[in-house]
Amino acid sequence: MENIELYFWLAAIFGLFMAWGIGANDVANAMATSIGSKVLTIRKAIIVAAIFEFAGSVLAGGEVTSTIRGGIIDSSVLADRPDLLVDGMLASLLAAGTWLLIASAMGWPVSTTHSIVGAIVGFASIGIGMEVVKWNQVGTIAASWIVSPLVSGIVAFMIFTSVQRLILETPDPFRNAKKYVPIYIFATGFFITLITLLKGLKHVGLELGEWQSYGVAVLMGIAAVVIAIPFLNRISIAESATRAERFAGVERVFAVLMVFTACSMAFAHGSNDVANAIGPVAAILGVLQTGGVASKSAVPLWLLLLGGVGIVVGLATYGRHVIKTIGQNITHLTPSRGFAAELAAAGTVVVASGIGLPISTTHSLVGAVVGVGFARGIAALDLGVIRTIFMSWIITLPAGAFLSVFFFKILQAAI
Amino acid sequence: MATSYLSRIFGSSPVGHILLHMERANACASKLPPLFAAAVKQDWVEVKVILDQITELEHDADSSKKNIRMHLPNALFMPVPRADLLDLVTAQDKIANRARDIAGLLLGRKMVFPPATAATFTELVNSAVDASHQANKTVSELSELFESGFRGTELDVMESMIAELDRIEHETDQIEIRLRAQLLEIEKSLPPVDVMFLYKIIDWIGELANDAQRVGRRLQLLLAR
Repeated sequence: MENIELYFWLAAIFGLFMAWGIGANDVANAMATSIGSKVLTIRKAIIVAAIFEFAGSVLAGGEVTSTIRGGIIDSSVLADRPDLLVDGMLASLLAAGTWLLIASAMGWPVSTTHSIVGAIVGFASIGIGMEVVKWNQVGTIAASWIVSPLVSGIVAFMIFTSVQRLILETPDPFRNAKKYVPIYIFATGFFITLITLLKGLKHVGLELGEWQSYGVAVLMGIAAVVIAIPFLNRISIAESATRAERFAGVERVFAVLMVFTACSMAFAHGSNDVANAIGPVAAILGVLQTGGVASKSAVPLWLLLLGGVGIVVGLATYGRHVIKTIGQNITHLTPSRGFAAELAAAGTVVVASGIGLPISTTHSLVGAVVGVGFARGIAALDLGVIRTIFMSWIITLPAGAFLSVFFFKILQAAI
Repeated sequence: MATSYLSRIFGSSPVGHILLHMERANACASKLPPLFAAAVKQDWVEVKVILDQITELEHDADSSKKNIRMHLPNALFMPVPRADLLDLVTAQDKIANRARDIAGLLLGRKMVFPPATAATFTELVNSAVDASHQANKTVSELSELFESGFRGTELDVMESMIAELDRIEHETDQIEIRLRAQLLEIEKSLPPVDVMFLYKIIDWIGELANDAQRVGRRLQLLLAR
């Protein structure tokens, strides 16, 4: 391999650029529901997002990064041509980044995840040969894109139905909200922690047994409740309150809960989406370090840190504008609905991250919102938007593929 | 923005518009008691002023009705069927139209109420307008109904409000029967054409209460799923 230094810097810059783009654009969707329901101010949302995006990418981002790095392409076929892998991954980063820029400018619906997967499959199958792609893996990933919005929709439907049964349809919804919301808060802390732990935190040097994981998850759930209780106690309504005022009180109680689900949403997003930027970089680094196509070693922790930093910087520099725009449009989502959607989406995404499946956080969130809508929770949904999701599948994959082949050929010729 | 389809998935809620439309229709009906008071005093200048106000309110109601119809695109997914909401709006709009028709007829014929029936006329108008008020109150519960997700206690609250609406409508019917009986006794002493229109306006006031009740029926259909 020649030009190792050049390759290294190109990979790092492209990777950071992608991470910046994810922070600037995608995070907005993860946080918008909280801002739309006026639970968090934009400033607080950015701080929460920064902390939990970073934690998610570092603690739970390893599996998906491995998939992007080595799960799509059969690198053993490329054992004697490591430069193909390096050029291809660089081309993929460039293609996905370019496509995201074009699509953003044109206002087309795109998904970062779909762009990068399309790009990698594209350069490998067309640029090198069909046999390089692990087609059954790609099939699994494509299936997960359909399954994940469905699953999060069903989960959101069930969560919101339980809220209706336990709280909203009772004679005294306010009292029941105060009674049951701590349980939802516990569940949020418990499940997100548990899923993260059960997949192991080997790459941060932490490995817990099954029972230890359950113990820690219970503690995290309790910790969340303890933090929430002073805020919950502060909410009160007059004895003489009308039903409308009582429902307003109920929403204030749910607003506390929504802070926690917003945290888990940011965590989930960090765990899944940082891989889109870092996965290809990890693949390139593997080749550069060993001089050949890397054996399966864990993704280096510092690389996940780098991705986390990139996302946070993107969020801080540009993301606030996007968050503001989107948040203002989601004012119809009250906390009792927003929490159900966020919890369902976060749960789905963290599970997918644990299995190493790169899915679209936004699609999962849209699925969850539709799920709440089917439980008669939302006054009006514009289902025309579902079309744009199909558009995203139909347009983004070939576009990413085409662009990456294009850049791949250029890189092959140039370097 | 590329990834903003999350925000685009939320259609604008029709609830606020429907409440506003009902409020405007009810405002038309609310002008009828002062209108009748002025008519009994034969103060046609005042009647004209109030009629103009009713006409203006009816225009407002019309524009918010059009607004609702335009803001319910076909792809909109709602907790209640779109057709039922549109039917509700149509029912609400009838109240506004009826109030305007009554006021128009009153001034157009410069109607004179026989002194023996004036008190019962006032009673009938008040009762019919009460029905419209009750319809307005019931419709305004819609926002709580959307909040609770169309289930539980909120349904019972709405049911009892609709029952009250039915009761007021029935009361209006009773007053109407009484008024017709009173008029029958004296009708021979009055100019026949005037009597014809007196019956006509009694009929329309009774219909106003029926229109309000029909709003309740539409709401019941929303609950019945």
